[in-house]
Amino acid sequence: MTEQTTSTENSVDQQHFDTLIADDSRIEPRDWMPEAYRKTLTRQVSQHAHSEIIGMQPEANWITRAPSLKRKAILMAKVQDEAGHGLYLYSAAETLGTPREVLNEQLLSGKAKYSSIFNYPARTWADMGAIGWLVDGAAICNQVPLCRASYGPYGRAMVRICKEESFHQRQGWEILYELSHGSKEQKQMAQDAVNRTYGPALQMFGPPDADSPNSQQSMEWNIKRFSNDELRQRFVDMIVPQAEALGLTLPDADLKWNEERGHYDYGQLDWDEFMSVIKGSGPCNVQRMQRRRKAHDDGAWVREAAEAYAKRQMQAAAEAAESANDNEEVSIVAGRASAELIGA
Amino acid sequence: MSAFASHDSATKQSAGNAITAEDIAGSGGKASEPVAQYALRLGDDSLMLAQRLGWWISRAPELEEDIALGNIALDMVGHARFLLTYAGSAWGKSEDDLAYFRDEEEFRSVRLVEQENGDFGQTIARQLLFSFYQYELYSALQSSQDQTLAAIADKAVKEVEYHQDHAAQWILRLGLGTDESKRRIQEGLYYMWPYLDELFADEPLHDELEGIAVRPSTLRENTMKRIEALLAEAELEVPKVTQARLSDAPRDGEYSEYRGYILAEMQSLARKHPGAKW
Amino acid sequence: MSENTTGNWPLWEVFVRSSRGLSHVHAGSLHAPDATMAVRNARDLYTRRNEGTSVWVVPADAITSSDPDSKGGYFESAQGKSYRHATYYTKSEGVKHL
Repeated sequence: MTEQTTSTENSVDQQHFDTLIADDSRIEPRDWMPEAYRKTLTRQVSQHAHSEIIGMQPEANWITRAPSLKRKAILMAKVQDEAGHGLYLYSAAETLGTPREVLNEQLLSGKAKYSSIFNYPARTWADMGAIGWLVDGAAICNQVPLCRASYGPYGRAMVRICKEESFHQRQGWEILYELSHGSKEQKQMAQDAVNRTYGPALQMFGPPDADSPNSQQSMEWNIKRFSNDELRQRFVDMIVPQAEALGLTLPDADLKWNEERGHYDYGQLDWDEFMSVIKGSGPCNVQRMQRRRKAHDDGAWVREAAEAYAKRQMQAAAEAAESANDNEEVSIVAGRASAELIGA
Repeated sequence: MSAFASHDSATKQSAGNAITAEDIAGSGGKASEPVAQYALRLGDDSLMLAQRLGWWISRAPELEEDIALGNIALDMVGHARFLLTYAGSAWGKSEDDLAYFRDEEEFRSVRLVEQENGDFGQTIARQLLFSFYQYELYSALQSSQDQTLAAIADKAVKEVEYHQDHAAQWILRLGLGTDESKRRIQEGLYYMWPYLDELFADEPLHDELEGIAVRPSTLRENTMKRIEALLAEAELEVPKVTQARLSDAPRDGEYSEYRGYILAEMQSLARKHPGAKW
Repeated sequence: MSENTTGNWPLWEVFVRSSRGLSHVHAGSLHAPDATMAVRNARDLYTRRNEGTSVWVVPADAITSSDPDSKGGYFESAQGKSYRHATYYTKSEGVKHL
């Protein structure tokens, strides 16, 4: 899949790549690209995929306890979408030359990271609301500009994901709306979840620009279009009125409108905590990884069975073809002719 | 240039126009007592199975399978919502009143759908028996004289056809895959098999609902013929195992130990806040 | 892991026809053990919101591509041949049905 071309900085290939980037055109899988570009993207896209997959867990925990059948259906559909988003992203990452099993191995071995926010527990039903509204909201804010990322498959995956995510954010907001307009206990539940989720959600945009050394290169490559702080600001500006509409407060004493800047000011985030959770000290790091590993290990015999069956079928088909045709000309490899169709 | 250009996209989305639980609630149609009892039985089966299958989302053998099992679970919640909404119309109760505020002994599900997921093989064994049965059931229910039941069956049968195919594909792969997969799926079949009889047990209720309900005993022959043919193809044996005892009133008296746990989990939050909106 | 299996399923490319009368368009890829499962997984993954009326799956390694996609002389020949396009012929402007 990878076309490894040894090439120096100023080669024709590099120039072609630079021109495409300068024209704000797209890089496609078989194009030559600098190794650093390939590596950066592989890391970013696969981390994004891992986050979708690990991110299923806190919400999946509530599928069996959802308080109404409508909410149960919505939550199931949402968590299922997340598996889908993980798959879209893994397939984009695979076009960069790293197969899914390697990416998965990186996740399971702890070598690859995923979004730190999923290392916090989803204790109450209101967390389903806060995750949808704030976590998916932050994700959308981050992802909309990524629809124009210079790497074609990544951008296309993002387009599909953004379309689907808008339902995720709305359903989350609606959960909180129902809670904040419900009983005292329900409203308290909603406020508590928002209080716990606000800080980590703002941190989803990554460290402040001054401490984000890789951002500049990603912007030059048209992968990132806005800096971490720009996106964070955009998100804060969006959620303040949304919180008001919910009748909930955001846990930030420094949050206030700055007429001069035309933006909301917000308080310092706890970056020490952020770093320590990334390094493994979050309340759920161990639990999330263990569950992912267990699913993978428990499923091994199923994946192997399906693989063995496929081989057996191919062999049988090949033998059938051979015995049916003594003619040596027939050398269709079984399964190669197996592009399959459904529907019209 | 092309009139179709703007639609020529692989991401065009729509919700379709199939029947919804809201349609049934809004139609004002009121089920009679026996029809409601019948709908309750079918709805409870779907609800219990949805509850079981939903567990797999984030735990399946491969991500593609998380999505496949998720789809099936989602269809099951959908069917449960149709049927419980319709049942509730007889008593002025909502789908959620029935799902969350009935006690264990008031549910009418069969024991098969309450059985534990076990490993993937055990889950597929349960899927095989239940989806093949349900396919026959909804195929027949499409010609019910009760229009709501017929409409629900019409939507459900198309979905269940797919569940049936999903189960069949996995039965073949597990049966003919590796030694281990053959052992596991065979064990799963042995585990689930004793609960087959209950699927086909007639009740006095069915006598009252001639032309409206499907008499379960009439589904046995086709269901079993097709299951046995599939097992033969997958080189699996039809379990030789005694059926679990049935009481005189099958769905009224007998239920599994698991039901209590399923409901304890499912109802915990809703019951903590009675009367709350979500 | 048993002898001849890796536990890894091959990659398939997925093409979706969004409605009758239109071409299948590449939607993405997925992993599946064989074609039968691939087409089912494709249905579950790429048509959850009625995006399709038909799906194709093709083993990813069965696709032969003009390589690399956008470079070199491969598509040069089609450039500059504007006479292949109706817009090249302007004399007929204003004449109906042409």
